[in-house]
Amino acid sequence: MEKVLKVLIYAFLILLLVICILPFYLVIVNSTYSSIDIVTRIKFVPGDRFLENYGKLQELTNIWRGFANSLLIAVPYVLLTGYFGAFAGYGFAKYRFKGRGFFFCIVLASMMLPSQLSIIGFYKLNLKLGLLNTYWPFIIPGIANASAVFFLKGMIEQTVPTSLIEAARMEGYSELGIFNRIVLPCVMPGVATMCIFNFVSCWNNYLAPLIVLSDAKKFTMPILISTIRGIFLANYGAMYVAIAISVVPVIVVYLFLSKYIINGLTIGAVK
Amino acid sequence: MSKKGLASKTNNWGYFFIAPFIIVFIVFGLYPMVYTFQLSFQKWNGFGAVQNVGFENFKRIIADSTFPLTVKNTLKIWLCDFIPQLGFALLLSMIFTFYRIKGMKVFRAVYYLPNLITAASIGLLFNILMNGDKSTVNQLLSMLGVKSAPIAFFKSQSMTQAVVSYILWWMWFGYTTVIVMAGITSIEPDLYEAAQIDGCNRWQTFVRITLPLIRPTIIYITITSVIGGMQIFDVPANVTNMQGDPQKAILTSSMYVYQHGFKNNSFGYASALSVVLFVIIAALSYLAFKTMKGKEDR
Repeated sequence: MEKVLKVLIYAFLILLLVICILPFYLVIVNSTYSSIDIVTRIKFVPGDRFLENYGKLQELTNIWRGFANSLLIAVPYVLLTGYFGAFAGYGFAKYRFKGRGFFFCIVLASMMLPSQLSIIGFYKLNLKLGLLNTYWPFIIPGIANASAVFFLKGMIEQTVPTSLIEAARMEGYSELGIFNRIVLPCVMPGVATMCIFNFVSCWNNYLAPLIVLSDAKKFTMPILISTIRGIFLANYGAMYVAIAISVVPVIVVYLFLSKYIINGLTIGAVK
Repeated sequence: MSKKGLASKTNNWGYFFIAPFIIVFIVFGLYPMVYTFQLSFQKWNGFGAVQNVGFENFKRIIADSTFPLTVKNTLKIWLCDFIPQLGFALLLSMIFTFYRIKGMKVFRAVYYLPNLITAASIGLLFNILMNGDKSTVNQLLSMLGVKSAPIAFFKSQSMTQAVVSYILWWMWFGYTTVIVMAGITSIEPDLYEAAQIDGCNRWQTFVRITLPLIRPTIIYITITSVIGGMQIFDVPANVTNMQGDPQKAILTSSMYVYQHGFKNNSFGYASALSVVLFVIIAALSYLAFKTMKGKEDR
């Protein structure tokens, strides 16, 4: 009985596994066939038309520019989240000041704000600041990433002893020097976790770039992908290549960093 | 003594360290929200002058029959995604907690994978995999012997809504599983031993010990899911043509706000819609919190 149950459980788990992977696999396989082959018969083994499809894709769009644009936003963004997450986290963890509880409540509350609902105000703000069609509206908010603050505050409380900070102060370190040279190196693994975790959400950001960027040369990957269907209509091969290019790098990175990403996930949930 | 010294000597440095966060949050987080609220009482076409119009935008919402439809669509899509999502997460957490599963971490990591992929890509991906009689999914279904294949997924309203719910379930059940399991690991193992000594089987242990103890986690999941689910945009926008077709079946409230703001240039009306949506989300979150919290007192 127990054995039958175990077999059923594994069958169920493997079925779910297939459900999760199959769409990606089919995209990769389809990207290697001509559009006619794709609509004739389902394939499970890759073909040899990838380069041809890729050529057609590159004729009408520059997918790698979208890729580079997304990197240009995501890299500075995550560096800011890591540094300033630890920065504010240190302020909350190791100093006592008036309104500390109140300000920390702001950090927590900002995680719950339905941000998509303020896009009109976000657009108007950037219009006023002259930031439309630039990347600043997506990079600067890295300084105010609540999940990084919350996570790194906890980490600093647990791993950086106050006596260490006091010893550094005796040695004549400035307050900023203590943070940069003692606290930050201590919590580097946590900073890395936050950077990797936030990279994904920044990379996938869609609605805000959609309203702020109007110059096609500045389009990020998600926006470029969403314009693809309008450009290629029935050229399935080229569209599958585009999707594959947007999907495969993330999967490859995840193969190596899944531990960090899954650790980063549980921040808000465990109190 | 030394602790007191730290506190008095470095009082204002605390403000120094949290200042960047607070300033940027006010400018890029809070201000757009306040601005949206202000614009909801105004008329603005995106470039000209702003006009005060009082409650006119809100009066227009009351007469707008499409807005309630979008709320209904969004709620329906969210519920059909969230209920199975939580169900699968609980079932998987139970399996992973009570049975020694080889490769448990691999399973969990793969279940979470769809959540990492750009939602806009996923929308397009499912569109081209499913759209048309000769689509890959329809060929797969015929191959598996499904009688009703080929299915015209994007011709029927309810079918299209179901597809969006399915995609959202597919993207989020792994995430929810990870969160539920994080909640479960905080439970003392002693409690399980005690339950086993009392003769509870796995199912009873899960229902009587685990579930009540992870209620805060489930409340957290539900509320964040309400907040996110009522704002869904990326997947429904990209799975068909950005207009929510067929017949506005997957026109969600966020898409409606976007259309009014950035396609019709009525930013004031779009802001008013956002404000009403904000109230709806706040009310739903409160309701979810109350009903789930309330059971504890009984």
